[in-house]
Amino acid sequence: MATGKVFKYGNNIDTDVIIPARYLNAPSPEELAKHCMEDIDKEFIKKVQAGDIMVGGSNFGCGSSREHAPIAIRAAGCSCVIAASFARIFYRNAINIGFPILECPEAAEKINDGDTVTVDFETGVITDETTGETFQAVAFPPFIAKIIEKGGLFEYIKSKAE
Amino acid sequence: MGMTMTQKILAAHAGLDEVKAGDLIEAKIDFTFGNDISGPVAIEVFEKEGFTKVFDNTKVAMILDHNTPCKDIKSAELCAICRRFAKEQNLKHFYDVGCMGVEHAIIPEKGMVGPGDCVIGADSHTCTYGALGAFSTGIGSTDLAGAMATGQTWFKVPQAIKVVLTGKKPEYVSGKDVIIHLIGIIGVDGARYMSIEFAGEGVKELSIDDRFTIANMAIEAGGKNGIFPVDEITMEYVNGRFDREIKVYEADEDAEYEQVVEIDLSTLKPTVAMPFLPGNAKTVDEVKGIHIDQVIIGSCTNGRISDMRIAAEVLKGKKVADGVRCIVIPATQDIYMQCINEGLTQIFVEAGCAVSTPTCGPCLGGHMGVLAAGERAVTTTNRNFVGRMGHETSEIILASPAVAAASAIAGCLASPEEV
Repeated sequence: MATGKVFKYGNNIDTDVIIPARYLNAPSPEELAKHCMEDIDKEFIKKVQAGDIMVGGSNFGCGSSREHAPIAIRAAGCSCVIAASFARIFYRNAINIGFPILECPEAAEKINDGDTVTVDFETGVITDETTGETFQAVAFPPFIAKIIEKGGLFEYIKSKAE
Repeated sequence: MGMTMTQKILAAHAGLDEVKAGDLIEAKIDFTFGNDISGPVAIEVFEKEGFTKVFDNTKVAMILDHNTPCKDIKSAELCAICRRFAKEQNLKHFYDVGCMGVEHAIIPEKGMVGPGDCVIGADSHTCTYGALGAFSTGIGSTDLAGAMATGQTWFKVPQAIKVVLTGKKPEYVSGKDVIIHLIGIIGVDGARYMSIEFAGEGVKELSIDDRFTIANMAIEAGGKNGIFPVDEITMEYVNGRFDREIKVYEADEDAEYEQVVEIDLSTLKPTVAMPFLPGNAKTVDEVKGIHIDQVIIGSCTNGRISDMRIAAEVLKGKKVADGVRCIVIPATQDIYMQCINEGLTQIFVEAGCAVSTPTCGPCLGGHMGVLAAGERAVTTTNRNFVGRMGHETSEIILASPAVAAASAIAGCLASPEEV
Protein backbone atom coordinates (compact mmCIF):
# COMPACT_ATOMS: atom_id res chain seq x y z
CA MET A 1 0.00 0.00 0.00
CA ALA A 2 1.09 3.55 -0.66
CA THR A 3 -0.60 6.88 -0.07
CA GLY A 4 0.61 10.17 -1.44
CA LYS A 5 -0.06 13.38 -3.24
CA VAL A 6 -0.34 13.29 -7.01
CA PHE A 7 1.97 15.02 -9.48
CA LYS A 8 0.10 14.80 -12.76
CA TYR A 9 1.59 15.17 -16.24
CA GLY A 10 0.31 14.73 -19.80
CA ASN A 11 0.77 12.24 -22.63
CA ASN A 12 4.13 11.09 -24.07
CA ILE A 13 6.23 12.02 -21.03
CA ASP A 14 9.63 11.03 -22.42
CA THR A 15 12.68 9.87 -20.52
CA ASP A 16 14.59 13.01 -21.59
CA VAL A 17 12.23 15.14 -19.50
CA ILE A 18 12.13 12.59 -16.66
CA ILE A 19 15.92 12.83 -16.43
CA PRO A 20 17.78 14.97 -19.00
CA ALA A 21 20.78 13.27 -20.62
CA ARG A 22 23.11 16.00 -19.38
CA TYR A 23 22.85 14.43 -15.91
CA LEU A 24 23.46 10.82 -16.96
CA ASN A 25 27.18 11.26 -16.33
CA ALA A 26 26.46 10.90 -12.59
CA PRO A 27 24.19 7.87 -12.30
CA SER A 28 23.79 7.66 -8.51
CA PRO A 29 20.07 7.65 -7.59
CA GLU A 30 20.50 10.69 -5.30
CA GLU A 31 22.12 12.78 -8.05
CA LEU A 32 19.55 11.75 -10.64
CA ALA A 33 16.67 12.56 -8.28
CA LYS A 34 17.83 16.18 -7.97
CA HIS A 35 17.04 16.83 -11.63
CA CYS A 36 13.95 14.65 -12.11
CA MET A 37 11.32 16.41 -14.32
CA GLU A 38 13.18 19.74 -14.18
CA ASP A 39 12.77 20.63 -17.86
CA ILE A 40 8.97 20.63 -17.58
CA ASP A 41 8.37 21.17 -13.85
CA LYS A 42 10.98 22.86 -11.69
CA GLU A 43 8.68 22.64 -8.64
CA PHE A 44 8.40 18.84 -8.66
CA ILE A 45 11.64 18.08 -6.87
CA LYS A 46 11.07 20.90 -4.35
CA LYS A 47 7.59 19.67 -3.43
CA VAL A 48 7.69 15.87 -3.74
CA GLN A 49 7.44 13.93 -0.47
CA ALA A 50 8.19 10.27 0.22
CA GLY A 51 5.29 8.14 -0.98
CA ASP A 52 3.92 10.63 -3.51
CA ILE A 53 2.53 9.35 -6.77
CA MET A 54 3.29 10.37 -10.36
CA VAL A 55 0.41 10.16 -12.82
CA GLY A 56 0.89 10.34 -16.58
CA GLY A 57 -1.22 9.93 -19.70
CA SER A 58 -0.51 7.58 -22.58
CA ASN A 59 2.95 6.37 -23.66
CA PHE A 60 4.60 7.33 -20.35
CA GLY A 61 8.39 6.92 -20.44
CA CYS A 62 8.80 6.96 -24.20
CA GLY A 63 12.15 7.63 -25.84
CA SER A 64 15.55 6.66 -24.51
CA SER A 65 16.13 3.30 -22.83
CA ARG A 66 17.80 4.97 -19.85
CA GLU A 67 17.00 3.00 -16.71
CA HIS A 68 18.02 6.21 -14.95
CA ALA A 69 14.41 7.39 -15.56
CA PRO A 70 12.54 5.03 -13.19
CA ILE A 71 15.55 5.18 -10.84
CA ALA A 72 15.23 9.01 -10.71
CA ILE A 73 11.46 8.94 -10.06
CA ARG A 74 11.89 6.38 -7.29
CA ALA A 75 14.84 8.20 -5.72
CA ALA A 76 12.86 11.47 -5.80
CA GLY A 77 10.49 9.74 -3.38
CA CYS A 78 7.62 8.53 -5.56
CA SER A 79 6.04 5.26 -4.49
CA CYS A 80 4.75 4.40 -7.96
CA VAL A 81 3.67 5.70 -11.37
CA ILE A 82 0.10 5.42 -12.65
CA ALA A 83 -0.39 6.00 -16.39
CA ALA A 84 -2.90 5.36 -19.15
CA SER A 85 -0.15 3.36 -20.87
CA PHE A 86 3.61 2.91 -20.65
CA ALA A 87 6.28 2.84 -23.34
CA ARG A 88 7.70 -0.67 -23.37
CA ILE A 89 11.31 -0.06 -22.32
CA PHE A 90 10.23 2.07 -19.35
CA TYR A 91 7.74 -0.67 -18.43
CA ARG A 92 10.49 -3.35 -18.49
CA ASN A 93 12.96 -1.16 -16.63
CA ALA A 94 10.52 -0.37 -13.83
CA ILE A 95 9.62 -4.05 -13.37
CA ASN A 96 13.26 -5.13 -13.54
CA ILE A 97 14.26 -2.77 -10.72
CA GLY A 98 11.17 -3.61 -8.68
CA PHE A 99 9.53 -0.16 -8.98
CA PRO A 100 5.70 -0.38 -9.03
CA ILE A 101 3.85 0.90 -12.10
CA LEU A 102 0.13 0.71 -12.69
CA GLU A 103 -1.62 0.91 -16.05
CA CYS A 104 -5.07 2.43 -15.63
CA PRO A 105 -6.48 4.77 -18.30
CA GLU A 106 -9.50 5.73 -16.19
CA ALA A 107 -7.42 6.69 -13.15
CA ALA A 108 -4.96 8.57 -15.37
CA GLU A 109 -7.82 10.58 -16.78
CA LYS A 110 -9.84 11.28 -13.62
CA ILE A 111 -7.24 11.77 -10.91
CA ASN A 112 -6.37 15.45 -10.55
CA ASP A 113 -3.02 17.03 -9.87
CA GLY A 114 -2.63 17.43 -6.11
CA ASP A 115 -5.23 14.79 -5.14
CA THR A 116 -4.35 12.33 -2.40
CA VAL A 117 -4.35 8.79 -3.75
CA THR A 118 -3.95 5.38 -2.15
CA VAL A 119 -2.71 2.39 -4.16
CA ASP A 120 -3.10 -1.22 -3.09
CA PHE A 121 -0.32 -3.04 -4.95
CA GLU A 122 -1.76 -6.47 -4.11
CA THR A 123 -5.15 -5.86 -5.70
CA GLY A 124 -4.35 -3.03 -8.12
CA VAL A 125 -7.11 -0.91 -6.60
CA ILE A 126 -6.43 2.82 -6.84
CA THR A 127 -8.46 5.10 -4.54
CA ASP A 128 -8.62 8.84 -5.03
CA GLU A 129 -9.13 9.95 -1.41
CA THR A 130 -9.86 13.51 -2.52
CA THR A 131 -12.77 12.63 -4.81
CA GLY A 132 -13.69 9.25 -3.33
CA GLU A 133 -13.46 7.48 -6.71
CA THR A 134 -11.86 4.07 -7.05
CA PHE A 135 -10.23 2.50 -10.09
CA GLN A 136 -8.91 -0.96 -10.99
CA ALA A 137 -5.47 -1.12 -12.64
CA VAL A 138 -4.80 -3.64 -15.42
CA ALA A 139 -3.48 -6.88 -13.91
CA PHE A 140 0.07 -7.99 -14.79
CA PRO A 141 0.42 -11.22 -16.80
CA PRO A 142 1.46 -14.08 -14.46
CA PHE A 143 5.04 -14.21 -15.74
CA ILE A 144 5.61 -10.51 -15.06
CA ALA A 145 3.76 -10.77 -11.76
CA LYS A 146 6.34 -13.41 -10.81
CA ILE A 147 9.25 -11.02 -11.50
CA ILE A 148 7.51 -8.33 -9.44
CA GLU A 149 6.77 -10.79 -6.65
CA LYS A 150 10.45 -11.80 -6.52
CA GLY A 151 11.44 -8.13 -6.34
CA GLY A 152 13.08 -7.65 -9.73
CA LEU A 153 14.77 -9.39 -12.66
CA PHE A 154 17.84 -10.68 -10.84
CA GLU A 155 15.85 -12.10 -7.96
CA TYR A 156 13.81 -13.92 -10.61
CA ILE A 157 16.92 -15.16 -12.45
CA LYS A 158 18.43 -16.43 -9.19
CA SER A 159 15.21 -18.13 -8.12
CA LYS A 160 15.19 -19.98 -11.46
CA ALA A 161 18.77 -21.13 -11.00
CA GLU A 162 18.04 -22.60 -7.58
CA MET B 1 -2.66 -18.77 -38.08
CA GLY B 2 0.59 -17.63 -39.67
CA MET B 3 3.40 -15.76 -37.99
CA THR B 4 4.99 -12.41 -38.73
CA MET B 5 8.70 -12.25 -39.54
CA THR B 6 9.41 -11.04 -36.00
CA GLN B 7 7.34 -13.81 -34.46
CA LYS B 8 9.27 -16.44 -36.46
CA ILE B 9 12.63 -15.12 -35.26
CA LEU B 10 11.39 -15.06 -31.66
CA ALA B 11 9.93 -18.58 -31.90
CA ALA B 12 13.22 -19.92 -33.25
CA HIS B 13 15.20 -18.30 -30.44
CA ALA B 14 12.78 -19.60 -27.82
CA GLY B 15 13.01 -23.13 -29.20
CA LEU B 16 9.33 -23.14 -30.12
CA ASP B 17 7.58 -24.14 -33.35
CA GLU B 18 5.06 -21.41 -32.96
CA VAL B 19 4.35 -18.28 -30.95
CA LYS B 20 1.46 -15.87 -31.05
CA ALA B 21 1.06 -12.24 -30.09
CA GLY B 22 0.88 -11.79 -26.34
CA ASP B 23 2.84 -14.96 -25.47
CA LEU B 24 5.56 -14.41 -22.87
CA ILE B 25 8.68 -16.30 -23.88
CA GLU B 26 12.28 -16.66 -22.84
CA ALA B 27 14.61 -16.47 -25.80
CA LYS B 28 18.31 -16.94 -26.45
CA ILE B 29 20.05 -13.87 -27.72
CA ASP B 30 22.79 -13.71 -30.35
CA PHE B 31 24.31 -10.38 -29.37
CA THR B 32 23.97 -7.75 -26.64
CA PHE B 33 25.78 -4.54 -25.75
CA GLY B 34 25.94 -1.36 -23.74
CA ASN B 35 27.45 2.10 -24.12
CA ASP B 36 29.19 4.56 -21.79
CA ILE B 37 25.83 5.59 -20.26
CA SER B 38 23.89 2.31 -20.03
CA GLY B 39 26.97 0.08 -19.63
CA PRO B 40 28.23 1.22 -16.22
CA VAL B 41 24.77 0.79 -14.66
CA ALA B 42 24.56 -2.73 -16.12
CA ILE B 43 28.09 -3.60 -15.00
CA GLU B 44 27.25 -2.48 -11.47
CA VAL B 45 24.15 -4.71 -11.38
CA PHE B 46 26.03 -7.65 -12.96
CA GLU B 47 28.82 -7.49 -10.39
CA LYS B 48 26.60 -6.68 -7.42
CA GLU B 49 24.51 -9.77 -8.19
CA GLY B 50 27.65 -11.90 -7.94
CA PHE B 51 28.25 -12.74 -11.61
CA THR B 52 31.88 -12.98 -12.67
CA LYS B 53 31.81 -14.08 -16.33
CA VAL B 54 29.68 -12.95 -19.25
CA PHE B 55 27.87 -15.82 -20.99
CA ASP B 56 29.97 -15.46 -24.17
CA ASN B 57 32.75 -12.88 -24.60
CA THR B 58 32.18 -12.78 -28.39
CA LYS B 59 28.52 -11.85 -27.99
CA VAL B 60 28.74 -9.02 -25.45
CA ALA B 61 30.06 -5.63 -26.58
CA MET B 62 30.82 -2.26 -25.02
CA ILE B 63 30.90 0.80 -27.24
CA LEU B 64 31.94 4.16 -25.81
CA ASP B 65 30.04 6.62 -27.98
CA HIS B 66 27.67 8.90 -26.07
CA ASN B 67 29.88 11.36 -24.18
CA THR B 68 33.17 10.44 -25.88
CA PRO B 69 35.85 11.66 -26.36
CA CYS B 70 35.00 12.36 -22.74
CA LYS B 71 33.41 15.72 -22.14
CA ASP B 72 34.02 15.87 -18.38
CA ILE B 73 35.48 13.98 -15.44
CA LYS B 74 32.22 12.20 -14.57
CA SER B 75 31.90 10.87 -18.12
CA ALA B 76 35.55 9.79 -18.06
CA GLU B 77 34.90 7.80 -14.88
CA LEU B 78 32.01 5.97 -16.57
CA CYS B 79 34.18 5.13 -19.57
CA ALA B 80 36.86 3.85 -17.20
CA ILE B 81 34.33 1.39 -15.73
CA CYS B 82 33.50 0.07 -19.21
CA ARG B 83 37.18 -0.23 -20.16
CA ARG B 84 38.01 -2.15 -16.99
CA PHE B 85 35.06 -4.50 -17.55
CA ALA B 86 35.88 -5.06 -21.23
CA LYS B 87 39.45 -5.98 -20.29
CA GLU B 88 38.50 -8.26 -17.40
CA GLN B 89 35.88 -10.04 -19.50
CA ASN B 90 38.15 -10.13 -22.56
CA LEU B 91 35.32 -8.80 -24.72
CA LYS B 92 35.99 -9.41 -28.41
CA HIS B 93 34.02 -6.31 -29.36
CA PHE B 94 35.15 -3.29 -27.40
CA TYR B 95 35.28 0.02 -29.24
CA ASP B 96 37.01 3.01 -27.66
CA VAL B 97 38.09 6.41 -28.97
CA GLY B 98 40.13 6.00 -32.13
CA CYS B 99 38.34 2.90 -33.38
CA MET B 100 34.80 3.43 -32.16
CA GLY B 101 31.73 4.62 -33.96
CA VAL B 102 28.18 5.44 -32.98
CA GLU B 103 26.97 2.02 -31.82
CA HIS B 104 24.14 1.49 -34.29
CA ALA B 105 26.42 2.37 -37.18
CA ILE B 106 29.48 0.38 -36.14
CA ILE B 107 27.67 -2.77 -34.97
CA PRO B 108 26.32 -3.69 -38.41
CA GLU B 109 29.40 -2.22 -40.16
CA LYS B 110 31.71 -4.62 -38.32
CA GLY B 111 29.37 -7.56 -38.87
CA MET B 112 28.48 -8.01 -35.20
CA VAL B 113 24.84 -8.61 -36.19
CA GLY B 114 23.16 -10.10 -39.23
CA PRO B 115 19.95 -11.49 -40.71
CA GLY B 116 17.86 -13.71 -38.45
CA ASP B 117 19.64 -12.62 -35.26
CA CYS B 118 17.90 -11.87 -31.98
CA VAL B 119 19.61 -8.84 -30.48
CA ILE B 120 19.00 -6.70 -27.42
CA GLY B 121 21.00 -3.60 -26.63
CA ALA B 122 20.93 -1.11 -23.81
CA ASP B 123 20.01 1.76 -26.07
CA SER B 124 16.58 2.44 -27.48
CA HIS B 125 17.79 2.72 -31.07
CA THR B 126 18.93 -0.91 -31.09
CA CYS B 127 15.93 -1.46 -33.38
CA THR B 128 18.23 -0.23 -36.21
CA TYR B 129 19.37 -3.78 -37.16
CA GLY B 130 15.88 -4.66 -38.34
CA ALA B 131 17.23 -3.19 -41.56
CA LEU B 132 19.20 -6.45 -41.94
CA GLY B 133 16.25 -8.73 -41.18
CA ALA B 134 17.23 -9.21 -37.54
CA PHE B 135 14.95 -8.92 -34.55
CA SER B 136 16.56 -6.24 -32.44
CA THR B 137 15.20 -4.08 -29.68
CA GLY B 138 16.31 -1.70 -26.97
CA ILE B 139 16.26 -2.59 -23.29
CA GLY B 140 17.55 -1.01 -20.08
CA SER B 141 20.64 -1.66 -18.02
CA THR B 142 19.23 -4.38 -15.74
CA ASP B 143 18.02 -6.32 -18.79
CA LEU B 144 21.52 -5.96 -20.27
CA ALA B 145 23.03 -7.25 -17.03
CA GLY B 146 20.65 -10.22 -17.13
CA ALA B 147 21.50 -10.95 -20.76
CA MET B 148 25.26 -10.67 -20.10
CA ALA B 149 24.86 -13.16 -17.27
CA THR B 150 22.54 -15.69 -18.89
CA GLY B 151 22.50 -15.17 -22.67
CA GLN B 152 18.74 -15.03 -22.49
CA THR B 153 15.94 -12.60 -21.91
CA TRP B 154 12.15 -12.51 -21.78
CA PHE B 155 9.89 -11.06 -24.42
CA LYS B 156 6.22 -10.47 -24.88
CA VAL B 157 5.58 -11.60 -28.45
CA PRO B 158 4.45 -8.48 -30.32
CA GLN B 159 1.61 -7.82 -32.68
CA ALA B 160 2.58 -6.03 -35.86
CA ILE B 161 1.81 -3.18 -38.19
CA LYS B 162 2.54 -3.94 -41.83
CA VAL B 163 3.84 -1.06 -43.91
CA VAL B 164 3.49 -1.75 -47.61
CA LEU B 165 5.81 0.41 -49.69
CA THR B 166 5.16 1.00 -53.39
CA GLY B 167 6.51 3.32 -56.05
CA LYS B 168 9.88 4.98 -56.58
CA LYS B 169 11.02 7.75 -54.32
CA PRO B 170 11.68 11.15 -55.90
CA GLU B 171 15.06 12.90 -55.77
CA TYR B 172 15.87 14.23 -52.30
CA VAL B 173 13.42 11.85 -50.62
CA SER B 174 15.29 9.46 -48.34
CA GLY B 175 14.66 6.92 -45.61
CA LYS B 176 14.35 9.80 -43.13
CA ASP B 177 11.45 11.31 -45.03
CA VAL B 178 9.74 7.92 -45.21
CA ILE B 179 9.97 7.25 -41.48
CA ILE B 180 8.93 10.76 -40.39
CA HIS B 181 5.97 10.51 -42.79
CA LEU B 182 5.04 7.13 -41.27
CA ILE B 183 5.29 8.35 -37.67
CA GLY B 184 3.15 11.31 -38.72
CA ILE B 185 0.47 8.85 -39.84
CA ILE B 186 0.51 6.35 -36.96
CA GLY B 187 1.66 8.66 -34.15
CA VAL B 188 4.42 8.47 -31.56
CA ASP B 189 2.68 5.59 -29.80
CA GLY B 190 1.01 4.14 -32.89
CA ALA B 191 3.22 1.04 -32.80
CA ARG B 192 3.56 0.81 -29.02
CA TYR B 193 4.65 -2.75 -28.07
CA MET B 194 4.36 -3.72 -31.76
CA SER B 195 6.64 -4.66 -34.62
CA ILE B 196 6.66 -2.53 -37.74
CA GLU B 197 7.18 -4.92 -40.65
CA PHE B 198 8.06 -3.36 -43.98
CA ALA B 199 6.98 -5.06 -47.19
CA GLY B 200 6.10 -4.38 -50.81
CA GLU B 201 7.82 -3.59 -54.07
CA GLY B 202 9.03 -0.26 -52.71
CA VAL B 203 11.47 -1.99 -50.34
CA LYS B 204 13.93 -2.60 -53.19
CA GLU B 205 13.94 1.16 -53.86
CA LEU B 206 15.51 1.69 -50.45
CA SER B 207 19.26 1.44 -49.99
CA ILE B 208 20.59 -0.36 -46.93
CA ASP B 209 21.37 3.04 -45.39
CA ASP B 210 17.76 4.16 -45.98
CA ARG B 211 16.61 0.98 -44.24
CA PHE B 212 18.91 1.58 -41.27
CA THR B 213 17.43 5.08 -40.90
CA ILE B 214 13.86 3.79 -41.09
CA ALA B 215 14.34 0.86 -38.70
CA ASN B 216 16.30 3.14 -36.34
CA MET B 217 13.27 5.35 -35.77
CA ALA B 218 10.70 2.55 -35.26
CA ILE B 219 11.08 3.33 -31.56
CA GLU B 220 9.86 6.88 -32.21
CA ALA B 221 6.49 5.37 -33.11
CA GLY B 222 6.68 3.34 -29.89
CA GLY B 223 7.67 0.23 -31.85
CA LYS B 224 9.39 -2.74 -30.28
CA ASN B 225 11.23 -3.27 -33.54
CA GLY B 226 11.13 -2.35 -37.20
CA ILE B 227 12.10 -5.05 -39.68
CA PHE B 228 12.79 -5.42 -43.39
CA PRO B 229 12.71 -8.54 -45.53
CA VAL B 230 16.12 -9.91 -46.54
CA ASP B 231 16.96 -9.34 -50.22
CA GLU B 232 19.96 -8.85 -52.52
CA ILE B 233 20.60 -5.40 -51.05
CA THR B 234 20.83 -6.93 -47.56
CA MET B 235 23.11 -9.73 -48.74
CA GLU B 236 25.39 -7.33 -50.57
CA TYR B 237 25.83 -5.42 -47.29
CA VAL B 238 26.38 -8.38 -44.97
CA ASN B 239 28.64 -10.42 -47.27
CA GLY B 240 32.21 -10.04 -46.10
CA ARG B 241 31.14 -8.52 -42.79
CA PHE B 242 28.97 -11.07 -40.99
CA ASP B 243 30.57 -14.47 -40.44
CA ARG B 244 27.91 -16.33 -38.47
CA GLU B 245 25.28 -18.41 -40.24
CA ILE B 246 22.73 -16.27 -42.07
CA LYS B 247 19.13 -17.22 -41.38
CA VAL B 248 16.45 -15.72 -43.54
CA TYR B 249 12.93 -15.54 -42.16
CA GLU B 250 9.83 -14.44 -44.03
CA ALA B 251 6.42 -13.51 -42.74
CA ASP B 252 3.73 -16.08 -43.49
CA GLU B 253 1.14 -15.17 -46.12
CA ASP B 254 -1.58 -15.43 -43.49
CA ALA B 255 0.26 -13.57 -40.74
CA GLU B 256 -2.05 -11.29 -38.81
CA TYR B 257 -1.47 -7.53 -38.63
CA GLU B 258 -3.14 -4.99 -36.37
CA GLN B 259 -2.99 -2.42 -39.10
CA VAL B 260 -1.78 -2.15 -42.68
CA VAL B 261 -0.38 1.17 -43.86
CA GLU B 262 0.34 1.77 -47.52
CA ILE B 263 2.89 4.36 -48.58
CA ASP B 264 3.46 5.23 -52.22
CA LEU B 265 7.04 6.49 -52.16
CA SER B 266 6.51 8.51 -55.34
CA THR B 267 4.08 10.81 -53.52
CA LEU B 268 6.48 11.73 -50.72
CA LYS B 269 8.17 15.10 -50.38
CA PRO B 270 11.05 16.12 -48.12
CA THR B 271 9.48 15.86 -44.67
CA VAL B 272 10.52 17.16 -41.25
CA ALA B 273 9.33 16.63 -37.67
CA MET B 274 8.64 19.89 -35.87
CA PRO B 275 9.14 20.33 -32.11
CA PHE B 276 8.52 18.56 -29.76
CA LEU B 277 7.56 15.13 -31.08
CA PRO B 278 8.94 13.00 -33.94
CA GLY B 279 5.33 12.58 -35.09
CA ASN B 280 4.80 16.29 -35.80
CA ALA B 281 5.41 15.68 -39.49
CA LYS B 282 5.26 18.51 -41.99
CA THR B 283 6.55 18.69 -45.55
CA VAL B 284 9.37 21.20 -45.94
CA ASP B 285 7.07 23.20 -48.25
CA GLU B 286 4.69 23.79 -45.36
CA VAL B 287 7.23 25.13 -42.89
CA LYS B 288 10.24 26.41 -44.87
CA GLY B 289 11.77 29.75 -44.00
CA ILE B 290 11.88 29.25 -40.24
CA HIS B 291 15.05 30.79 -38.78
CA ILE B 292 17.71 28.38 -37.48
CA ASP B 293 20.91 28.68 -35.45
CA GLN B 294 22.50 25.27 -35.90
CA VAL B 295 22.58 22.22 -38.12
CA ILE B 296 23.73 18.75 -37.12
CA ILE B 297 24.43 16.12 -39.78
CA GLY B 298 25.24 12.76 -38.21
CA SER B 299 24.00 10.31 -35.52
CA CYS B 300 22.91 6.67 -35.49
CA THR B 301 20.01 7.75 -37.70
CA ASN B 302 21.89 9.61 -40.45
CA GLY B 303 25.66 9.45 -40.00
CA ARG B 304 26.36 6.85 -42.71
CA ILE B 305 28.31 7.29 -45.93
CA SER B 306 25.28 7.90 -48.15
CA ASP B 307 24.14 10.58 -45.70
CA MET B 308 27.57 12.22 -45.92
CA ARG B 309 27.52 12.00 -49.73
CA ILE B 310 24.14 13.69 -50.13
CA ALA B 311 25.07 16.40 -47.61
CA ALA B 312 28.31 17.03 -49.52
CA GLU B 313 26.45 17.10 -52.83
CA VAL B 314 24.21 19.88 -51.50
CA LEU B 315 27.05 21.79 -49.76
CA LYS B 316 29.60 21.55 -52.60
CA GLY B 317 30.87 24.97 -53.57
CA LYS B 318 28.43 26.68 -51.17
CA LYS B 319 28.88 28.39 -47.81
CA VAL B 320 27.10 27.85 -44.54
CA ALA B 321 24.99 30.97 -43.88
CA ASP B 322 26.26 33.63 -41.51
CA GLY B 323 25.02 33.01 -38.00
CA VAL B 324 24.51 29.26 -38.52
CA ARG B 325 26.82 26.60 -37.06
CA CYS B 326 26.89 23.41 -39.13
CA ILE B 327 28.42 20.35 -37.46
CA VAL B 328 29.05 17.20 -39.48
CA ILE B 329 29.72 13.95 -37.61
CA PRO B 330 30.53 10.82 -39.64
CA ALA B 331 29.22 7.94 -37.51
CA THR B 332 32.24 5.63 -37.58
CA GLN B 333 35.98 5.77 -38.21
CA ASP B 334 35.52 3.90 -41.51
CA ILE B 335 32.92 6.42 -42.66
CA TYR B 336 35.22 9.23 -41.50
CA MET B 337 38.05 7.83 -43.60
CA GLN B 338 35.72 7.33 -46.56
CA CYS B 339 34.71 10.99 -46.29
CA ILE B 340 38.38 11.96 -46.51
CA ASN B 341 39.08 9.61 -49.41
CA GLU B 342 36.07 10.76 -51.41
CA GLY B 343 36.82 14.45 -50.85
CA LEU B 344 33.67 14.99 -48.79
CA THR B 345 35.56 16.30 -45.76
CA GLN B 346 37.17 18.98 -47.90
CA ILE B 347 33.74 20.04 -49.20
CA PHE B 348 32.41 20.28 -45.64
CA VAL B 349 35.36 22.28 -44.32
CA GLU B 350 35.41 24.61 -47.33
CA ALA B 351 31.70 25.25 -46.83
CA GLY B 352 32.38 26.31 -43.25
CA CYS B 353 31.23 23.18 -41.42
CA ALA B 354 32.87 21.77 -38.30
CA VAL B 355 33.70 18.09 -38.88
CA SER B 356 33.86 15.96 -35.74
CA THR B 357 35.21 12.58 -34.77
CA PRO B 358 32.37 10.03 -34.30
CA THR B 359 30.19 10.65 -31.24
CA CYS B 360 26.52 10.71 -30.25
CA GLY B 361 27.39 14.06 -28.63
CA PRO B 362 24.81 16.68 -29.58
CA CYS B 363 21.93 14.28 -30.32
CA LEU B 364 21.27 13.90 -26.61
CA GLY B 365 22.52 17.32 -25.57
CA GLY B 366 25.77 15.82 -24.34
CA HIS B 367 28.48 17.86 -26.03
CA MET B 368 29.72 19.03 -29.46
CA GLY B 369 26.78 21.29 -30.20
CA VAL B 370 24.52 21.94 -27.20
CA LEU B 371 21.83 24.60 -27.76
CA ALA B 372 21.31 27.80 -25.76
CA ALA B 373 17.94 29.14 -24.60
CA GLY B 374 15.65 29.90 -27.51
CA GLU B 375 17.96 28.47 -30.18
CA ARG B 376 16.65 26.27 -32.96
CA ALA B 377 18.43 23.49 -34.85
CA VAL B 378 17.72 21.43 -37.94
CA THR B 379 19.24 18.04 -37.26
CA THR B 380 19.41 14.61 -38.83
CA THR B 381 19.02 12.99 -35.40
CA ASN B 382 15.98 11.12 -34.12
CA ARG B 383 14.39 12.99 -31.20
CA ASN B 384 13.09 16.53 -30.83
CA PHE B 385 11.81 16.31 -27.26
CA VAL B 386 11.89 19.28 -24.86
CA GLY B 387 15.51 19.90 -23.78
CA ARG B 388 16.90 17.02 -25.83
CA MET B 389 19.78 19.02 -27.35
CA GLY B 390 20.26 21.61 -24.66
CA HIS B 391 18.21 24.32 -22.97
CA GLU B 392 14.57 23.49 -22.29
CA THR B 393 13.46 26.37 -24.54
CA SER B 394 15.64 25.30 -27.48
CA GLU B 395 13.99 23.57 -30.42
CA ILE B 396 14.89 20.75 -32.78
CA ILE B 397 13.50 20.11 -36.25
CA LEU B 398 14.28 16.57 -37.45
CA ALA B 399 15.20 16.32 -41.11
CA SER B 400 17.09 14.35 -43.76
CA PRO B 401 20.74 15.13 -44.50
CA ALA B 402 19.74 16.85 -47.77
CA VAL B 403 17.30 19.17 -45.99
CA ALA B 404 19.74 19.79 -43.14
CA ALA B 405 22.53 20.73 -45.58
CA ALA B 406 20.21 22.97 -47.60
CA SER B 407 19.05 24.67 -44.40
CA ALA B 408 22.66 25.31 -43.35
CA ILE B 409 23.24 27.17 -46.62
CA ALA B 410 19.94 29.06 -46.55
CA GLY B 411 20.13 29.99 -42.85
CA CYS B 412 16.55 28.81 -42.45
CA LEU B 413 14.62 25.60 -42.96
CA ALA B 414 14.93 24.99 -46.70
CA SER B 415 14.43 22.42 -49.40
CA PRO B 416 17.53 21.06 -51.22
CA GLU B 417 15.94 21.99 -54.54
CA GLU B 418 16.15 25.67 -53.65
CA VAL B 419 19.81 26.08 -52.78
